Amino acid sequence: MADERIPFATHAESTVLGADEIVLNMGPQHPSTHGVLRVKLRLDGEKVIGSECVIGYLHRGVEKIAEHRSYQQFAPYVDRMDYVAAVSNGLGYCEAVEKLLGTEAPLRARVIRVILTELQRIASHLFWLGTHALDIGALTPLFYCLREREEILKIFEKYCGARLTTHAFRIGGLQYEAYDELEKDVERFCKPFDKRVDEYESLLTENRIWVGRTKGIGVLTAKEAIDYGASGPVIRASGVKWDIRKAMPYAAYDLYKFEIPTGQNGDTYDRYIVRLEEMRQSRLICLQAIENIPTGPIMGKVGKVLKPPPGEVYHAIEAPKGELGYYIVSDGTTQPYRVRIRPPSLINLEAFDKMIRGHLVADVVAIIGTLDIVLGEVDR
Amino acid sequence: MANDPEDKQPPASSPSEPPAAKPPAAAGEPVAKPPAAPVAPAAKPPAAAAPPKPPAPPKEGPVALENDLVKRYREKFGPAILEAWVDRKQAILVVARELLAEVCVYSRDDEKFDWLSDLTAVDWPKREKRFDIVLNMYSFEKNEKLRLKVYAGADERVPSVQGIWATANWMEREVYDMFGVVFEGHPDLKRILLPDEWQGYPLRKDYDILTQDQAWVRENLGIESGQ
Repeated sequence: MADERIPFATHAESTVLGADEIVLNMGPQHPSTHGVLRVKLRLDGEKVIGSECVIGYLHRGVEKIAEHRSYQQFAPYVDRMDYVAAVSNGLGYCEAVEKLLGTEAPLRARVIRVILTELQRIASHLFWLGTHALDIGALTPLFYCLREREEILKIFEKYCGARLTTHAFRIGGLQYEAYDELEKDVERFCKPFDKRVDEYESLLTENRIWVGRTKGIGVLTAKEAIDYGASGPVIRASGVKWDIRKAMPYAAYDLYKFEIPTGQNGDTYDRYIVRLEEMRQSRLICLQAIENIPTGPIMGKVGKVLKPPPGEVYHAIEAPKGELGYYIVSDGTTQPYRVRIRPPSLINLEAFDKMIRGHLVADVVAIIGTLDIVLGEVDR
Repeated sequence: MANDPEDKQPPASSPSEPPAAKPPAAAGEPVAKPPAAPVAPAAKPPAAAAPPKPPAPPKEGPVALENDLVKRYREKFGPAILEAWVDRKQAILVVARELLAEVCVYSRDDEKFDWLSDLTAVDWPKREKRFDIVLNMYSFEKNEKLRLKVYAGADERVPSVQGIWATANWMEREVYDMFGVVFEGHPDLKRILLPDEWQGYPLRKDYDILTQDQAWVRENLGIESGQ
C-alpha cells in the first residue's frame, strides 16, 4: 500500500529507468481521453507500472467567478462544468442555495426537477456508454445511444429552449411551467426505453471481446473505493450500496421506489452493468413521477435579491457521475463568500493510478472511459 | 471588480482569534433568533438571547452544539475541540490544527466517518488566522455527516490527512494550488490545476478576479494578456 502511494513524479524524475522502461505521454490531445486529459505513463514493455494525470487544461476558475456574481447570476455557470449533465449540476446548486436560505422549492417544482434530472442521468449514461464502447472498439452502440439521447435533448429543448447547458432550474423553484405534452413526451421515451437497453446489452454484455476487454480490468475493492473517495457508479460497482437519493433524499426522491444496483468485483465490467441498471431505474422513476405531478406553484417565495444569513452549507446530490457537492459560505451579502464545488469526476479520477497499475497500455482507455469523467468538471 | 475583498466581513460565527478557552456558547452569535428556530437540536443557552422579535421569520444560522457526538470528541481530545456548532442542521467541529490528523483517525476508525467527501479552504484575510481548512466527512454506517474545521495562519502548516484518506491527496494539492496552504507530510505537494510555475494563489481574497501571472502568460502563450 505504502509503495503504491509513491507519486509517479518521483519515479519519473529519477534518471534511472529500467532497461525495458519508457515514459509515454498520452494527451492532452487524444481522442479517447474525453477532452484534455493528459496522462503520463511509465511502461515496462506494454505493462503500465505507474501513471500520473496532468489536469487543469480546462481550468476556468469557476469558484473564483462565483465570488463575484450574485447567487442567481452564478447559476448558469455550473451548467458548464459537467456539460453532458447540466441539469444535475443546476439541481445541486439551486438546492444548496435554497438550503442556505432555509427554504424549499414547492412540491410541483421538485417533482419536475426529479423528472428532468433522471432524464439527464439517462442521457449522461447513454453518452458514456456510447463513447466508452467506442474507445474499446465497438462502434455500433454509439449510434444507438446518441439516437436515444437525442430524444431526451428534444424534451429539454421543448421545456426550456436549450439542449445542453439548460439552466433549467432557478433558486426557489422553476422558471418555466411544464409544457402541455411533457408527460406524454416522457412516457413516449420511457415506455420503449427498457427494450432499448436490452438492445445495447445484446451488443455488449455477452460479447466476447467486450467481456475480455472489461472483466478484471481496473479493479477497485470496496475498501479502496472508500479510501479513494469514489462515489456514484464507481463505488457501487465495488459493492458499496450507497446512493444519496436513498441515503439522504433530496428533491422528491423519497416519493419514488427504485433499487440501488451494485456490483461485486469493482471492475470495468461491473461498472458497465451498474450504469445500465441505473438507466432502467431512472426510467422507472420517470414513469412513476409523470403519473402524478402535483399541482400548485412552481416557484417558492424567494426574493428578487437573495441575501442568505451568514453561515455555510454543504449540500450533495447524486449526479450521474457521483457525489456532486456544493459547499457555500455566505457572509450575508448578495454574493457568495465562497463556493466550493466537489466534482465527482475529479475525485473518481484520483483512483486512476491505483486502477491502471499492472494493466496494459490498451487498458488505459478502458479505465478512463469507465470512470466517466468530463474534463469540464475535473478542471472547473 | 465591484467587490473589494477587504470590505467583506467574516460572518458572526467566525471568531477572530484562536479561541482556546472559549466556551462553545460563543460560537454562534446569530441575528435575533426566535425561540423556535428550526435548526437547533440542542437548546441555545438563553443568556445571550437578545429580546426576541416575534414577527421576524425564523432565520437560519449557527447555533452552539452540545450532543453525544461532541461529548465523545471532547472526552477524547479535551481542549483540542475548540468549538462546536450547528449550521443549517449540519454539525461543525473546530479542532486544534496540531491534532487534526489524530482527530481524523479517530473519526474514521471509532466514529465511523470513513468517507472523506470533501476537503477545501476558505480565506478570511482580516482574521488573525486567515484560513479555514474544511473537511466534510460522511459515515456509511450512521448515514451522517460531520464537518471538521481547522484555523490556519498564512504561514502555518496544516497536517496532511492523505495518509488517512487517499482521496485527500488531490484535494490538498488543490487547496495548496488555490490558497497556498502547505500541508505537512504530503508526499507530492505541487500545483494541480494551474501550471507549476504560476505565481500567486487565485482563491485568496486579495487576488483580484482580473489578476493573472503576466510573466507566465507572455512567456508561454506569446500574448500580452489572457483577459
